[in-house]
Amino acid sequence: MEQNPVIQIDQLSKVYTVNEREAGLIAAMRSLVKRKTRDVNAVDAISFTVGEGEIVGFLGPNGAGKTTTLKMLSGLLHPTGGSASVLGYRPWERNRDYLRRMTLVMGQRNQLLWDIPVIDTFELNRAVYRIPEAQYRLAVDELTELLELAPLLQKPTRNLSLGERMKCEIAAALLHRPSVLFLDEPTIGLDVTMQRRIRRFITEYNQHTGATVLLTSHYMADVEALCKRVIVIHHGKMLYDGELTGLADRFAPFKTVEVKLQNGLDGRPLAQYGELMAQTEGRVTLRIPKDDTASVTGRLLAELDVADLTVQDPPIEDVIEHVFSQSPSPLDDPDPQQAQSG
Amino acid sequence: MFAFYPIYRGYFRTSLMMMFQYRIAMLIWLLGGIIEPLMYLVIWRTVSQQQGGSVGGYSTNDFVVYFIAMMMVSHGTFTWIMWEYVYRIRMGQFSVMLLKPIHPIHSDIADNIGYKFLTLTVMGPTVLLLAWFFDASWQPTYWTLAAFVPVLILAFLMRFYWEWSLAMVAFWTLRIDAMNQAYIVITLFFSGKLAPLSLFPQFVQRAADLLPFRWMLSFPVELLLGRVTPRDLLIGIGAQLFWLLAGYLVMQLIYRAGIKRYAAFGN
Repeated sequence: MEQNPVIQIDQLSKVYTVNEREAGLIAAMRSLVKRKTRDVNAVDAISFTVGEGEIVGFLGPNGAGKTTTLKMLSGLLHPTGGSASVLGYRPWERNRDYLRRMTLVMGQRNQLLWDIPVIDTFELNRAVYRIPEAQYRLAVDELTELLELAPLLQKPTRNLSLGERMKCEIAAALLHRPSVLFLDEPTIGLDVTMQRRIRRFITEYNQHTGATVLLTSHYMADVEALCKRVIVIHHGKMLYDGELTGLADRFAPFKTVEVKLQNGLDGRPLAQYGELMAQTEGRVTLRIPKDDTASVTGRLLAELDVADLTVQDPPIEDVIEHVFSQSPSPLDDPDPQQAQSG
Repeated sequence: MFAFYPIYRGYFRTSLMMMFQYRIAMLIWLLGGIIEPLMYLVIWRTVSQQQGGSVGGYSTNDFVVYFIAMMMVSHGTFTWIMWEYVYRIRMGQFSVMLLKPIHPIHSDIADNIGYKFLTLTVMGPTVLLLAWFFDASWQPTYWTLAAFVPVLILAFLMRFYWEWSLAMVAFWTLRIDAMNQAYIVITLFFSGKLAPLSLFPQFVQRAADLLPFRWMLSFPVELLLGRVTPRDLLIGIGAQLFWLLAGYLVMQLIYRAGIKRYAAFGN
């Protein structure tokens, strides 16, 4: 789906200068005279391109630099280095036309006014974004239907549950029909049903409007449901940019083999085949180095009474966890070939 | 200019709705705005009575009218933005404002004006009640009343831009309470809030002429009292325009530097 690039960032960096102080009174007094500061590379020369209509998952552990990147792309933060262009605008110049065409949804940030009914925040956004009346009606009707907002619109924000509020937040952020969506943890803290609804909604919005979506989430289910392509960053550096399915090939050195035995386990020493992950009555899950998969499955089939055997990539969550628990520095540079897929 | 009309209407609407939610809090704020000038009124009235009916060219009645007028002008021009900004930045609420395709100052102006209109319902009767209670006598001329309108609007705008600029210090440090306190003390002396400026020593009056504060407060008050000559009126409006323009430029400059520095706290 390589189309017109909507988001282009090149060597984008953000260095925060933080004050550093040891604990204690003496240190506090010393810091009056001489301030110790330390530079933190929140985002370290990352580059990628996102095409029109793509939904890209932006992954990384807490503090990886995802939110900082999204903040730079939505014009909240000035970068320390590098360049970025979204819809042809430099985000941090905060051109009004740019702001009218994009949106940033943060799972923990509120744009809904706390004390007044949701519909009144919508009304305010209509004025601020100068949405024509007819288009506004249409957008409200559509969002109300897709997100099932009808019973919520007349309630003050403070009376909504977290999930209800999130749905309304998303609706408020989309009334002006942005063509670029930055979604930072849009499903955080929501129950599974609500997560699923929001996911479905994002897909529908994307198909309906052709909007480009860059999304972060800690829930791999979100990513698996929405994104063919993922970008992984860690310690501000890019680790991977490519298809979600390629992530396991690239980073997981293991396969998961699940074996069901004819006559139960009978205390047979299965650990010799691989690392025992789980073991229930007659069924066992092993982790096997990727390169040994063929030989080990061969041995299992030959030496045991196997009723069923499946070989799988480890769950994407495990892969990600594995990636992040590796050395703190990036494994290697992202593969430019893979960077263009999606 | 007209393009802003629907946006301001939207802001008014929501800010009024929110204020209705906080009637009691609002009344308490309002009370502060009434009590402070009332206190000075009572003190100066007493002093004047003890001095035989006048101090430094102000009769007892003049003091009463001065501080009632000060109450109105002060209420009309005051802002609370210097307290709000820190909260806004610390809580990351500023990010929400930055994402909107409009300068954040507009919602603040609308919010402020909304509050003023709403509180007029209390302020108006209070002023009349105090005038009756202290037996104030006041004979304005038509031209001072006519001139008062633009002078008050200019005073409001210049005060707004300057205090909005000062509030942005919060981009650099979140500990701005001390600065706010210093600001209050300085304005207390140089704006005529504490006492008519002509009662102060010469050098304070000179300084007050050169600083922006008296053009925000005592100038409109003195105009209402009929103590400003047409010539001084023109000079005063000139000073207001100068400080308004300067405040606007300073605001733009600090804002630009500030958002560059803005760290978008929170998640």
